[in-house]
Amino acid sequence: MDEIFGIPAPLLFGQLLLGLINGAFYAMLSLGLAVIFGLLNIINFTHGAQFMMGAFAAWMLLAWAGLGYWWALVLAPIIVGFTGIILEKLFISRLYKLDHLYGLLLTLGLGLIIEGVFRNQFGSSGLPYRIPAELSGAWDLGFMYMPIYRGWVVVAALFFCISTWLIIEKTRLGAYLRAATERAELVQAFGINVPRMITLTYGAGVALAAVAGVLAAPIYSVNPQMGSNLIIVVFAVVVIGGMGSILGSIITGFGLGIVEGLTKVFYPEASATVIFVIMAIVLLARPAGLFGRA
Amino acid sequence: MSSETTLTAIPTGVVGKQAPGIWGFNGSQLIALLLLVAALGLAPFFLYPVFVMKLLCFALFACAFNLLIGYVGLMSFGHAAYFGMGGYIAGHAAKVWGLTPELSIIAGGLVGAGLGVLGGWLAIRRQGIYFAMITMALAQMVYFFCVQAPFTGGEDGIQAIPRGKLFGVISMDSDMAMYWLVAVVFLMGFMFIHRIIHSPFGQVMKAIRENEPRTTSLGYRTDDYKLVAFILSCGLAGVAGAVKTLVFGIATLTDVHFSMSGEVVLMTLVGGLGTIFGPVIGAAVVVGMQNYLAEMGAWVTVIQGGIFVACVLAFRRGIVGEIGNLFKVKL
Repeated sequence: MDEIFGIPAPLLFGQLLLGLINGAFYAMLSLGLAVIFGLLNIINFTHGAQFMMGAFAAWMLLAWAGLGYWWALVLAPIIVGFTGIILEKLFISRLYKLDHLYGLLLTLGLGLIIEGVFRNQFGSSGLPYRIPAELSGAWDLGFMYMPIYRGWVVVAALFFCISTWLIIEKTRLGAYLRAATERAELVQAFGINVPRMITLTYGAGVALAAVAGVLAAPIYSVNPQMGSNLIIVVFAVVVIGGMGSILGSIITGFGLGIVEGLTKVFYPEASATVIFVIMAIVLLARPAGLFGRA
Repeated sequence: MSSETTLTAIPTGVVGKQAPGIWGFNGSQLIALLLLVAALGLAPFFLYPVFVMKLLCFALFACAFNLLIGYVGLMSFGHAAYFGMGGYIAGHAAKVWGLTPELSIIAGGLVGAGLGVLGGWLAIRRQGIYFAMITMALAQMVYFFCVQAPFTGGEDGIQAIPRGKLFGVISMDSDMAMYWLVAVVFLMGFMFIHRIIHSPFGQVMKAIRENEPRTTSLGYRTDDYKLVAFILSCGLAGVAGAVKTLVFGIATLTDVHFSMSGEVVLMTLVGGLGTIFGPVIGAAVVVGMQNYLAEMGAWVTVIQGGIFVACVLAFRRGIVGEIGNLFKVKL
């Protein structure tokens, strides 16, 4: 078991794991985008900035308040989600009657503001965030060494994704949410406070981005651009998966991460572009996306 | 797409009724055009010519972008790809192949249009925000291509590009000579866009913007119209990028980066979506702002974001649109 297809096994599995981790972030971010889009009809361009805010929140909690990783995992999404709620109340809620594209432009502007403020405050070189002691080290799996933290990221991301899916598909709250996605006026007529639900949904989608940010903080250096580089890929992931299905965006996210990891092994030159190429192919074969409704 | 309000909530949508005027310009537009030409003639004597040239390149770029968003209702979030690639090709043509500036610019425009054929062919398969996301992803692909491709010089870009001799005769090395070339290219591009909008083809474009299903039901193959409009816009963006490269003698990754795509959206939005003169004014505002606030570093990004937010919330017609609304004229 030293070589698979002429590739050294540790290299192959190492890249697969990296791909899986990227896939975890793709899945969490595209899931948040899909949830927000479903109810608000807005593509949240601020999502990358909010992912970055999650990572910075973790860093600030540690540096300024002495609260470690586990606290950050709980507090950062609440804090960032709350800022999301404020943004929705102040700005985004004014646009629901307009074309989708205004929402896109507004959230793009908000993202620029947030990113610029963080760059002024913290520079663009990036801040280190240490892996928590409980999760440092590596396991010897026999065929490769797996850093425990990386395994944890995949497991945690799966947990958050599946929880979101269960909440939306299996709970009463999720039923309201799905109903409001289809026909908001009718749900409101049944006495449910739809505007508040929209606000909270935006907050929840943002919180999901922030969780991804906290998970990413020890892997990537915490810097103001970390979100904007990721978010364009996530948009391609969303186009590939289609935003119709929650489970679909999870599968697409993880799947594309793995494909990207494998490309790094077999044809490294294309690893940065492979997802965009897949997007082009999917658009040709199935314009609505793999899981989308036309 | 919501049917309540279309993207361009500007009172320009009186399709079919044309005010009398010269070359399709109505009275107020003719005055604005004369002012623009006068400004073009006087600007280099009052302002730093290179700055005005930069402004004109972005103005043409924004006009090309506005052709899509303002008149077909297609929001491309990846126009930097066509602008930047036009610049790279023109730089390569002028430096390595030794082509004259006019041929380099044409090469830039053709490559922009060619890339637009591919990008448009893929992107028009989806509508609304998906269209925006697809164009953005494709542009990111072009960006990564430019990072890796040998001819672009990666992080260094193509440097020390000669301006060359126009038609092989007139040296473009002095800024004033270059300025008149840029001004002429800009004006030609501007008039070309105006001509497109006022052609029968342009009427169908506007019909698609207002109501695509109805246009389809009238027997127009809307996808073909959208694709042609996309290609024209990308070709003009390529021309703008090519001119910018020749002016500065350098083609870099900045011009293909996503933030450039965002900036052209901002210029058009500030000036006024779907107005002929709006993108020119918007480009002047954004480029001028960058120029005078350059020492503020990342705050420029914050200010730009703030302008986006302000425009979307309070100011959707843009500067020229608001002026037009104030005086009840179409600009």
